[in-house]
Amino acid sequence: MGSLLRVSAALKQGQITPTELCQKCLSLIKKTKFLNAYITVSEEVALKQAEESEKRYKNGQSLGDLDGIPIAVKDNFSTSGIETTCASNMLKGYVPPYNATVVQKLLDQGALLMGKTNLDEFAMGSGSTDGVFGPVKNPWSYSKQYREKRKQNPHSESGDSDWLITGGSSGGSAAAVSAFTCYAALGSDTGGSTRNPAAHCGLVGFKPSYGLVSRHGLIPLVNSMDVPGILTRCVDDAAMVLGVLAGHDPKDSTTVHDPINKPLVLSSLADVSKLCIGIPKEYLVPELSSEIQSLWSRAADLFESEGAKVIEVSLPHTSYSIVCYHVLCTSEVASNMARFDGLQYGHRCDIDVSTEAMYAATRREGFNDVVRGRILSGNFFLLKENYENYFVKAQKVRRLIANDFVNAFNSGVDVLLTPTTLSEAVPYLEFIKEDNRTRSAQDDIFTQAVNMAGLPAVSIPIALSNQGLPIGLQFIGRAFYDQQLLTVAKWFEKQVQFPVIQLQELMDDCSAILENEKLASVSLKQ
Amino acid sequence: MAAPMLRWGCRGRRWALAWVDGGSCHRRGAPTGSTSNRIRGQSSLAQQPLRTAQKPRKGEHKWAAVVGLEIHAQISSNSKLFSGSQVRFSAPPNSLVSFFDASLPGTLPVLNRRCVEAAVMTGLALNCHINKKSLFDRKHYFYADLPAGYQITQQRLPIAVNGSLTYGISAGKERGQVIPKTVRVKQIQLEQDSGKSLHDDLRSQTLVDLNRAGVGLLEVVLEPDLSCGEEAATAVRELQLILQALGTSQANMADYEIQRQISELENGGEILNETRSFHEKLGCTVSMRDKEAKQDYRFMPEPNLPPLLLYDATSLPTDADPQQVINIDQIREMLPELPSVTRERLVQQYGMLPEHSFTLLNEVGLLEFFQNVIKETRAEPKKVTSWVLNIFLGYLKQENLAVSESPVTPSALAELLDLLDSRTISSSAAKQVFEELWKREGKTPGQIVSEKQLELMQDRGALEQFCYSVMKDHPQVVMDVKKGNPRAINKLIGLVRKATLNRADPAVIKEILEKQLSL
Repeated sequence: MGSLLRVSAALKQGQITPTELCQKCLSLIKKTKFLNAYITVSEEVALKQAEESEKRYKNGQSLGDLDGIPIAVKDNFSTSGIETTCASNMLKGYVPPYNATVVQKLLDQGALLMGKTNLDEFAMGSGSTDGVFGPVKNPWSYSKQYREKRKQNPHSESGDSDWLITGGSSGGSAAAVSAFTCYAALGSDTGGSTRNPAAHCGLVGFKPSYGLVSRHGLIPLVNSMDVPGILTRCVDDAAMVLGVLAGHDPKDSTTVHDPINKPLVLSSLADVSKLCIGIPKEYLVPELSSEIQSLWSRAADLFESEGAKVIEVSLPHTSYSIVCYHVLCTSEVASNMARFDGLQYGHRCDIDVSTEAMYAATRREGFNDVVRGRILSGNFFLLKENYENYFVKAQKVRRLIANDFVNAFNSGVDVLLTPTTLSEAVPYLEFIKEDNRTRSAQDDIFTQAVNMAGLPAVSIPIALSNQGLPIGLQFIGRAFYDQQLLTVAKWFEKQVQFPVIQLQELMDDCSAILENEKLASVSLKQ
Repeated sequence: MAAPMLRWGCRGRRWALAWVDGGSCHRRGAPTGSTSNRIRGQSSLAQQPLRTAQKPRKGEHKWAAVVGLEIHAQISSNSKLFSGSQVRFSAPPNSLVSFFDASLPGTLPVLNRRCVEAAVMTGLALNCHINKKSLFDRKHYFYADLPAGYQITQQRLPIAVNGSLTYGISAGKERGQVIPKTVRVKQIQLEQDSGKSLHDDLRSQTLVDLNRAGVGLLEVVLEPDLSCGEEAATAVRELQLILQALGTSQANMADYEIQRQISELENGGEILNETRSFHEKLGCTVSMRDKEAKQDYRFMPEPNLPPLLLYDATSLPTDADPQQVINIDQIREMLPELPSVTRERLVQQYGMLPEHSFTLLNEVGLLEFFQNVIKETRAEPKKVTSWVLNIFLGYLKQENLAVSESPVTPSALAELLDLLDSRTISSSAAKQVFEELWKREGKTPGQIVSEKQLELMQDRGALEQFCYSVMKDHPQVVMDVKKGNPRAINKLIGLVRKATLNRADPAVIKEILEKQLSL
């Protein structure tokens, strides 16, 4: 299915050149432009990088598995010389003078930067619908699997008006990988922003342990919870990219020293029977779709049938997670957004009667309602008179939530298994019936607590729903047991054999995908 | 390196009033509204509207000002507190600005080890408890030269707390007496400096220079134990000397700055009436102060900096990377001699008055000058002290020069004092030589003495001749001496000296006269 490692093998064997690969992806980006996955397509940069990569391959000096591989980066990571907008008027036209550490690491390995992907403004949202460049469309809206199911349903409308959201906020990255325009993409994950769109787009969405991967250059949402996320088509790819990204960064004091071995190559899970899988009972909520619930229990059965121990665990403070997150997130947002004043960079209004008037107008014009609303709430929580009652209490609750996980893992659980989302992707028109805040609160329910605790978590696509849409389940591991987590996820991925998205109807010319499929089969023969 | 910038000053002051009368009512209840206001005004520092303090009937209470100070001293460091940008005075505007200093989105703070060491060292010198764990906070306000919209400081858990600063007030009736006083140090915190705003009123523009943005500051918070401007100024001066001795801050506040602060402090009462509180401020304008009073800084933990952990010999992890840890005990061993110890040593070693030891330390470079003279001269330390503090310092003051700008080198003064000590010249001649030295003509004291023929007459026979002539010309004075008028001999000595053009040693003259008069 055109995984990164397989196309990497093809590059090494000379079956395809980096330039050919880059051009194929660029052509797919053009064909899928209507998905709105990319804010900026860095065609020239990518072609130049491809040319250099090609030279290296010719000289037998390949930099490794990522050399010549097209990747995409969420538009809240700083990219030197390439506009970085956070999908906000505030940063339209802002060209950072430096690369985020994670971007630099990918480029150092020879990856080709195809472009910057769409998101909710400043990553605040769960649909990728609230950015200044418009919503991202889920490629599965146009898949053969979904279209055929819809034809069977007499009530469904025809045409494009009922396209589905990708989830978010890293929806552009998810759509970019899902539509084969690149082989891996960086997202960011503060409350589920990588795992949620991964689940809706049938991808692997990995959120590393907090402190494992540098945040330097990631434009922050909530510094104490943000982590760069990885979106790929399979677990091995995610592990490979993690191996490149992980490690202490002198520019990010919250990164830890050498917590994992590199390069990160996942072994096959030797013995499932030694595993203990925890099922948090609090994650069984009434809003959970019955389909996902049954897939969740089938997944648990799968582990049990292979000899693993599957036990129910309790994370008693789960229900406080969202409200706690609201206080902590908006407070940090209020603080982080203070720098956007129109003085040094980004948008500046025309008003110049006074510095204060300029600040006010710049920020009113630069931020959307969601961002302004969070700034307002956050400043309220940080007021001297409110700080103890809100911020300090929320921090205490956060500790309780983190301790819930510690207790679960101390009871012998290796990995927790949960749903990633309440339901499969919904149509845009349905999604926008609720406001951003309500949606975020609902959609982050299974993913958010993990960020509070700084744990690694990964969403793995398990099956298609009755509607023909992907459903993901989430595995949560102990802090810095990312490798163990991915090993379990890899085993699971192999068992479930999630189907490849069939985008023939989407593409007028499906040759590109077919060729990718061919490449896959070629390398399989090795 | 270029001269460090003058960034040291009491940027915030906290004032309060306290009762000093018979202790009548401040412990009791508050029967009337105005009393209760007064009690609050007294009990909470600078937070309450202190103008209510004027309300009680005249004569009912006496009030005394208590002064608390927050002193910001720029840390001597080659780079900024959280970025690798250089710290340098008078560089072209915005030439020392990293991406972090300009608060480009996505940049993160990285703590400067040197600044932490400077804070620990200062804390130890001020007898503070060093917190093994301290935290950083964000303090929010919008200002053009604060690009992030917040300043990183240490509000909740600073690096050092509960110390004391001992300083001396020269009061007392006896000459040279210095009364030791102590002010408690509430805390020392690390924080970022802001940039600099230049307001161009003509074009109604504000120009921003971020060279200073992010430079490391030590904020030393003194408890309100000071009772007057003089105490405050002396305590600040002592702190300045300590920081300079430690090398943690240049703290080179000019004299006029001290004077300005003293007068500001002494005028405090008036300021008190018009402003509710003195606190942190952004710039130096009066208009900012009103805003200050209303400002809610919305403090929040800085999420990008883990807690700052320090170790001592017992808690140091065995496998610790020396580059990654800071050992308090190691820093303690590196502490240099502090000014109070230096002064005590001077008093002990050279028998000078305590007051003189203060003066020697108060002038930048004066102690070193003094010690260099001592090293090179055979003259008595008391003589050296007297010359350095009276004559040398007097000349400097008169021309408003720093010790480093003096035309007279320590060697020259040492040579001059040797000439005096060996009775080659008289003390009035010595003063004349000093005057010549001050003219920067490049001559040594020896050269000046011989050119000006200032040597004392060594020829006893010639001097006896002078004495004889004087007695012969002034029989009346000789008679007076013989009659027992004790002052008459001095008159003769004076006359002989005059006759020798001041080149004779008065003691030798006296001896000859006495012999000739057979007294």
